[in-house]
Amino acid sequence: MGMTMTQKILAAHAGLPAVKAGQLIRAKLDIVLGNDITSPVAIREFEKEGFTGVFDKSRVAMVMDHFTPNKDIKAAEQCLQCRTFAKRFDLDNFYDVGQMGVEHALLPEKGLVGAGDCIIGADSHTCTYGALGAFSTGVGSTDMAAGMATGETWFKVPEAIKVHLTGKLQPLVSGKDVILHLIGMIGVDGALYQSLEYCGEGVAALSMDDRLCIANMSIEAGAKNGIFPVDDITKAYLDGRTQRPYTVYEADPDADYVRTIEIDLSSIEPTVSFPHLPENAKPISQVEDIRIDQVIIGSCTNGRLEDMEVAAKLLEGKKVASHVRCIVMPATQEIFKTCSERGYLSTFIDAGCAVSTPTCGPCLGGHMGVMANGERCVATTNRNFVGRMGGITSEIYLASPAVAAASAIAGKIADPRGL
Amino acid sequence: MNAKGLVHKYGDNVDTDVIIPARYLNIADKKELATHCMEDIDTNFVKVVNQGDVMVGGLNFGCGSSREHAPMVIKESGISCVIAKTFARIFYRNAINIGLAILECPEASEGIDAGDEVAVDFDTGVITNLTKNETYQASPFPEFIKEIIQAGGLMASIKKGGN
Repeated sequence: MGMTMTQKILAAHAGLPAVKAGQLIRAKLDIVLGNDITSPVAIREFEKEGFTGVFDKSRVAMVMDHFTPNKDIKAAEQCLQCRTFAKRFDLDNFYDVGQMGVEHALLPEKGLVGAGDCIIGADSHTCTYGALGAFSTGVGSTDMAAGMATGETWFKVPEAIKVHLTGKLQPLVSGKDVILHLIGMIGVDGALYQSLEYCGEGVAALSMDDRLCIANMSIEAGAKNGIFPVDDITKAYLDGRTQRPYTVYEADPDADYVRTIEIDLSSIEPTVSFPHLPENAKPISQVEDIRIDQVIIGSCTNGRLEDMEVAAKLLEGKKVASHVRCIVMPATQEIFKTCSERGYLSTFIDAGCAVSTPTCGPCLGGHMGVMANGERCVATTNRNFVGRMGGITSEIYLASPAVAAASAIAGKIADPRGL
Repeated sequence: MNAKGLVHKYGDNVDTDVIIPARYLNIADKKELATHCMEDIDTNFVKVVNQGDVMVGGLNFGCGSSREHAPMVIKESGISCVIAKTFARIFYRNAINIGLAILECPEASEGIDAGDEVAVDFDTGVITNLTKNETYQASPFPEFIKEIIQAGGLMASIKKGGN
């Protein structure tokens, strides 16, 4: 029997001719990643066991993005601990305030990810890099520590769900609507322990930013990873950017899938996930008037240039409703700079938005947009769990940057196609 | 390896944000962190939990972020074992890596109620509900995972030249 794309990458990194679902393997790692809240726990484990070096200083990445610029003294101490570790082991890829961006926007942009890579990160949204044809998955801090020490980790080879995409997205519908729609179909544990392998002629109609967003939220369906085939769009993104040669893997024609899900991209509407699970997805035509207090546009899910572009176009010459706080966060310094050059920052400011340096802050209720009890937010982030962004009776509605921008103007959840 | 204690029961999709809210992730001290365990869905938990107690959940327990702080605070608060119908995969790895016992057993998750006293035999995977006089069979850990647990966690296991 043939192998899925994920299985082929895992087999290559385990040094095996073939693997099958359920098999336990040891795999070599191309990148081991951590951030300012997961790395300190990993560093503690690493040092407790007395390791004296990392497996490869060019393949360990640490990004200070969650509670930065430091939200308080404790957060500052955690960053200091990471900074000291990075200096001690001379890490090539330590990103501090001024260079950092939200990690899963930053690593692809910096060329640290290539097709065919095997990557672990102590952050659940590490699965983002599947957009580039890599196997990447989130782990905890102890796995990160072991990965930093040995350059290897253990995996159980996953089964896969095939997500067959056809058609083309309508205007003002994006990758975010696709992934919310899919999670709505299969549920937050619909792909538990499995790969989501996206394929079909619809892939060619998705931009790289759309694919990064879809792969990013694959974890919200419980998936181990989400992965896209490598095509001309992938190669155009990778070529001249990746720091290492990359390898293109394709699923075998006779690969085994536990099931196939068909999605016609042209049938998808702007989609909103209601509190308190990403699976509570509704097409915008079924959303009634819901007054909101805050809008967040940014994060590892939707802080990329296309996200900023669509938000800026919708907000151009408009004003954010007087009762709404709209916070825009380009996800990396590069994106921030391009927004400045293109005049998006002026557009946001003129519309009445707060514009911020990159941070994960509000997505997980850290800082820069924490909500009071009873408040409602439309967020382009990835989770709407109880208390995720603040008070336990606050509510998060997950949506695309287009829906978020339209909602900021309307003061309630709004269809961007109606502006 | 065995556990015995009273049950704290929760539903499906218990996520890591309610196990330990992110607003506390700037706290390095495990004991201090554990004082916030489950507080967004059960403010009473930390007041009533006793050493050795058992936590029972439904589907997809531990979904959400990769924070290892989640199994860490459950263990630190005295819980000896978590039983659920299914676990989110990162939580599953993290629990094993830090030595928190977890068992997948849909029958136990259905049959056990809050406050029941249960005993768990990790070698056989047998869960006994002492209150209701019922037993449930969970799959025991694969050998590979037993080796990690017996070594005292993943890092110790690597040091020994194992996994």
